[in-house]
Amino acid sequence: MKTLLSAGAAALATTSLVHPAAAEDITVGLLLPYSGVYAALGQDIEAGFRLGLEQFGGETDATFEIVAEDTEVKPPVGLAKARKLVLQDKVDVIAGIVSSGVLGAVSDFVDSAKVPLIVANAGNDEATGANCSPYIVRMSFSNGQVNRPMGKWMREQGINTVFTMAPDYAAGQQMIAGFVEGFQSAGGEIVGQEFTPFQKTQDFGPYLAKAKASGADAVYVFYAGGEAISFVKQYDSFGLKSGLPLYGAGFLTSPLYVEAEGPAAEGVIAALHYVPTIDNEANAAFVATFEAKTGRTPSEYAAHGYDAAHALVLATAAGATDRESIAAALPKVSFSGPRGATAIDPATNNIVQPIYVYETVAGTDGLTQKVLAELPAEADPANGCDLAAASN
Amino acid sequence: MDIGFWVFQTLNALQLSMLLFLLSVGLTVIFGLMHFVNLAHGALYAFGAYVAATVAGGLGYWPGFLLAPVLVAAIGLLLYAGLIRRMRKSGPMAQVLVTFGLIFALLDLTRIIWGDLAFGMELPAVLSGRVTIGSVEYPTYRLFIIALGAGVFGALALILGRTQIGAMIRAGVDNDAMASCLGINVERLFFVVFCIGCALAGLAGAIAAPILSVTPDMGLQILIPTLIVVVIGGLGSLKGAITGSLIYGFVQTFGAVLVPNLASVLIYALLAVVLVMRPAGLFPAKG
Repeated sequence: MKTLLSAGAAALATTSLVHPAAAEDITVGLLLPYSGVYAALGQDIEAGFRLGLEQFGGETDATFEIVAEDTEVKPPVGLAKARKLVLQDKVDVIAGIVSSGVLGAVSDFVDSAKVPLIVANAGNDEATGANCSPYIVRMSFSNGQVNRPMGKWMREQGINTVFTMAPDYAAGQQMIAGFVEGFQSAGGEIVGQEFTPFQKTQDFGPYLAKAKASGADAVYVFYAGGEAISFVKQYDSFGLKSGLPLYGAGFLTSPLYVEAEGPAAEGVIAALHYVPTIDNEANAAFVATFEAKTGRTPSEYAAHGYDAAHALVLATAAGATDRESIAAALPKVSFSGPRGATAIDPATNNIVQPIYVYETVAGTDGLTQKVLAELPAEADPANGCDLAAASN
Repeated sequence: MDIGFWVFQTLNALQLSMLLFLLSVGLTVIFGLMHFVNLAHGALYAFGAYVAATVAGGLGYWPGFLLAPVLVAAIGLLLYAGLIRRMRKSGPMAQVLVTFGLIFALLDLTRIIWGDLAFGMELPAVLSGRVTIGSVEYPTYRLFIIALGAGVFGALALILGRTQIGAMIRAGVDNDAMASCLGINVERLFFVVFCIGCALAGLAGAIAAPILSVTPDMGLQILIPTLIVVVIGGLGSLKGAITGSLIYGFVQTFGAVLVPNLASVLIYALLAVVLVMRPAGLFPAKG
């Protein structure tokens, strides 16, 4: 509505028959899954993004218009919708993308079309590694980034041997590889690893028995969504939690679905770049406004959307008005947000952010996240990305 | 890897087998009796899980456990009256297409009613602990699933083998035209079997809900294993359904333990072998 009014005002002011160029009117294409397995994530990211534009919109003269498209979590559909946004809707910037598969499908297109893309979830390391692009900026996380510092932290807690588990696909392998790298370089030993068939494993019983038989000090896993719920509940039902503590990438007990896991999630310790209980002013404001708007606690996905909007607002406040200038301004953005101090690493266009270790505990109304440690922000290794070289 | 480890894994295999048995027995008898392919069977399982989780959220575990089969059978009744009766004579291709479409219609219906977020379901206190068997501690609830599956198998074996309605069903599976000539109302028999099959799918959903996450696509995920069980076991027979389920459960579980890299292809390889050696499955109802 605001957009319509301002566009109308601009048209009246110019009284020209030519469509007003309205340099400060930014069209944002939201490319998110609204159906399929990640629909709930898409909704959270959009809610966060819209809230972010509302909160920070006053810091810039630009106005924003949102065109939302559904990727259906299918790479070909995502690519078709990205083309539609760029060619038909002529968007200035695209934000969103939950699945790394969809990101892989659209990244070449946005790169060659020179349209800036703010990734608001997909964590594939390659996207800001070997396949990086000056037009792709990631405001969410990378798979390795979330897990690497956790390896060191667990070692510091006196854990010597770990058994790892994850679904057998790119994200599962990268998450575990990140953890193993951190854990081994701190002197830890991996005594066993299982990669379970992705989205085909409903019963983790056979694998859990192997984990138990391995004699490890702890188990470290990455699972998300429905698999995470099944895993956490089954881990508890086999009675492993007391003798073999469960650690993981924080998606395991995400606030988005931790209630479905119930008491089985209590005591699980995980690392993530955002939990709603992070103690800082920006987060308190974010949680309060998000809860007032949607009636639920913001998840890390909502934070991705919120920070993506914040970054876009700051880029336009710095003078960016079109595709080229937004792409140039985004990597220079840094701010203190719900996740603490966040910035973009100009060498890879990936976010640099602290990682939080949290334990899921029973609170007064349901489960909550108790932050145990804040691990300092580390930029990802360039991994074959040559943005730094190109800009020199 | 001591003996306890193998006992543990055997129980895991049995538990998976029994869950699949509850799903496949309805499907295979419907298949065998009326040559009707109901691909929407998996969607009914998902419905059962949602009903159980929702009812359990308000009233506790047991009402959910009991209501899910009843409500899913009621949905089966609606499907039968509205759709399946009309499709009876239209050939397997049309039936596959209609019931395949039904999967997605029901999937979106569950999304509209219950949303996209996964559900969980808590266990009653009596089933939430663990039982010690020798050197093994095993979750009580999983033993309950094994016992329930075995109980349903026993009851069905008794009904099919020893009662008049069982004899009628067997006659209908063997030769429906002849059974009709002998005065059996095969259509009504089919209706009854269809509703029982749906109720068992709902029951399977209800018992799966506490150990798995309840998501809209759980019906799709279970459909392929169920079809594999039916094809390996052979169409239409109880013996085929239980054998197929046991083979699937054991191959899947021990495959994951012994050759994890091949776990996801092992069962398909076995399926291919069975199809080459015994195209009708191991124990088809018709020779």
